[in-house]
Amino acid sequence: MRLKLPEPQGSEITSESLYLRRREFIKSAALFTGTAAAVGAGLQLLSNRPTGGDGPPLLATPGDAPKVVRPRGPYDTDERATSYEDATTYNNFYEFGLDKGEPAENAHTLKPRPWTVVIDGEVHKPQRVDMDTLQSWFPLEERVYRMRCVEAWSMVIPWLGFPLAGLLRRVEPTGKAKYVSFTTLKDPAQMPGQKYPVLDWPYVEGLRLDEALHPLTMMAVGMYGRVLPNQNGAPLRLVVPWKYGFKGIKSIVRISLTEKQPPTTWNQANSREYGFYANVNPEVAHPRWSQASERRIGELRRRPTLPFNGYAEQVAELYKGMDLRGNF
Amino acid sequence: MASPPHPWLKPAVLVGGLHPLASMALAFAWGALGANPIERVLNQTGLLALILLVASLACTPLKGVSGWTWPIRLRKLLGLLGFTYASAHFFTYVVLDQGLALGVILEDIAKRPFITVGFLALVLLVPLAVTSTNRMVRRMGFPAWQRLHRLAYVAASLGVVHFVWRVKKDLTEPLVYGGVLALLFAIRVAEALRKRRARSSAQVPARPV
Repeated sequence: MRLKLPEPQGSEITSESLYLRRREFIKSAALFTGTAAAVGAGLQLLSNRPTGGDGPPLLATPGDAPKVVRPRGPYDTDERATSYEDATTYNNFYEFGLDKGEPAENAHTLKPRPWTVVIDGEVHKPQRVDMDTLQSWFPLEERVYRMRCVEAWSMVIPWLGFPLAGLLRRVEPTGKAKYVSFTTLKDPAQMPGQKYPVLDWPYVEGLRLDEALHPLTMMAVGMYGRVLPNQNGAPLRLVVPWKYGFKGIKSIVRISLTEKQPPTTWNQANSREYGFYANVNPEVAHPRWSQASERRIGELRRRPTLPFNGYAEQVAELYKGMDLRGNF
Repeated sequence: MASPPHPWLKPAVLVGGLHPLASMALAFAWGALGANPIERVLNQTGLLALILLVASLACTPLKGVSGWTWPIRLRKLLGLLGFTYASAHFFTYVVLDQGLALGVILEDIAKRPFITVGFLALVLLVPLAVTSTNRMVRRMGFPAWQRLHRLAYVAASLGVVHFVWRVKKDLTEPLVYGGVLALLFAIRVAEALRKRRARSSAQVPARPV
C-alpha cells in the first residue's frame, strides 16, 4: 500500500473561471475605491474653501478672557458679542487673500511693531509718530459695536481704542480741512495679497470731517480685551459702526486731512456698487443683492438691517437734507 | 448578456460625486463649516454644480479626441450629479439663506440679473434631467432629444455668468470655467462642421467628365 498523501477532493478545488473572476472582483473593487476616492477628493479640492473653524491654529489664542464687569457705555450695544474665533477667522482683508479664511492663515507676515503713522495735510501740527507713542496719548476705551458688512452679514465686536476726534483735535485741523483720508500700509513682503492687482494698492478710505469727528467714530488698537490680531487690522484701524465694514480701513500708516473728497478704494474699483458714504441703508439695495436683511454671524436666520446700522439716533443728523439714495 | 467593461466605473463616480454633499451635510450638522456655514454651502454647491456640468459636457469631446468610449457612459451620471448640486444650491438659497421669504426671493429673481441667470440655468436643467432616461430618448427620438440636450451648453454658460457676477473682484476662477466651456463648445462645432462637409461632399453626384 502506498502512503496516501492528503489530497483535496475535486469538489474543493476552486475552478479556474471562479479563480479568475475572484481576481477580477478584487481588481474591480480596488479600481472602484480608487476612482471614487479620486473623484471625491478632486471635487473637494476644486470646490472647498474653508473659512475659519477648521483652519490652522489661530495667531492669537482664543479662550475666555477674564470678564471685566464695567458699566454699559452710552454707545455700547447690549447684543451678544460674536465669538472671538469667528471674528478673527472670517475677515475680508484682500491684502492677505480673497477668501475670508485666508487673512487668519496669512497675516502672520505683517509686523505691527515698530510702526509709524504719518498725520499730515490740512493740519497745524503734522506728525510722524511711533505707534506706541500715539497709543499713549489716549486712554483706551472699550466699545461694543455692531459691524455690518456690505455683503449682508454682521457681527458684534467689543473694540478697544479711542475716538478719532481726540487724535484730530490734537493735530489741529486748519480751516480748509473738510475730509480725512486714510491709507493702509503698502508692502507686498508683509502683505502678500498686494502682489496681485486685485485692487489698486494701497487701500485708501475717507470720511467727511464731521463724520470723522463724530464721537462714535473710533480708532481701534484691540478687540475682546486683546491686542488687535493682524487679520483684523493691526496695529491701528478705523471703526465707523454706521457704515459698511469696508469703510473700516485696516493697518493704517497715514491719516491726511484734505480740502477735497479723497478717493476710496472700493468706490474706485466699482463706483456703481460702492459709494463714498457707504452708510448702512436697508432701502438702497446693492445691485446684486438686497440690503434689507443680514445674517448675524453665529445665527442661521436673517434679521432685518436697521438704517445706519441701528445708530440713526446718533448720526442721522449728519445727513439731514441729503439724498441718501444718490449718495449711497 | 456580457457586462460592459469597467463595471466599477459608474458606481465609483456616483460615490465620489456625492462625497462632497455628504461631507458638507455632516460638517453642517457638527457646526464645522466656519463662521458663515450657509454662505459656505452656497458657494460649494454652486461651484460643484458648474464643475460637474462642465465635466459632463467634456465627455463627448473627450471621446472624440481620445477614442475612448468610457467617458460617454459617464455623461448622464455627471449631468445628473450637476443637476443635484444645482438643486441643492437653489434650496440652500431658498430655505436656509432666505428662510422661505417668498417675496424677497421673487424680487431677487426678477430684479437682480445675477440671481436671474442662476435661476434660469437651473430651470433649463429641469427638462434635461427629466428626459435623461433611455426610455425618454427612445420616446422623443434621438434627433429631438439631442437638440433639447444642447441646452446643457446654455445652462452651463449661464452658470459661468452667474459666477462672474457673484465674485466681488477676482475673475480668474469663473473665467477658467468659461474658458474650458468655450473650448469644449469649439470642439463640438468643429466636429459638426467636419461631419456636415463630409456628408455634403458624399452627396455630390458623380458627374461625367
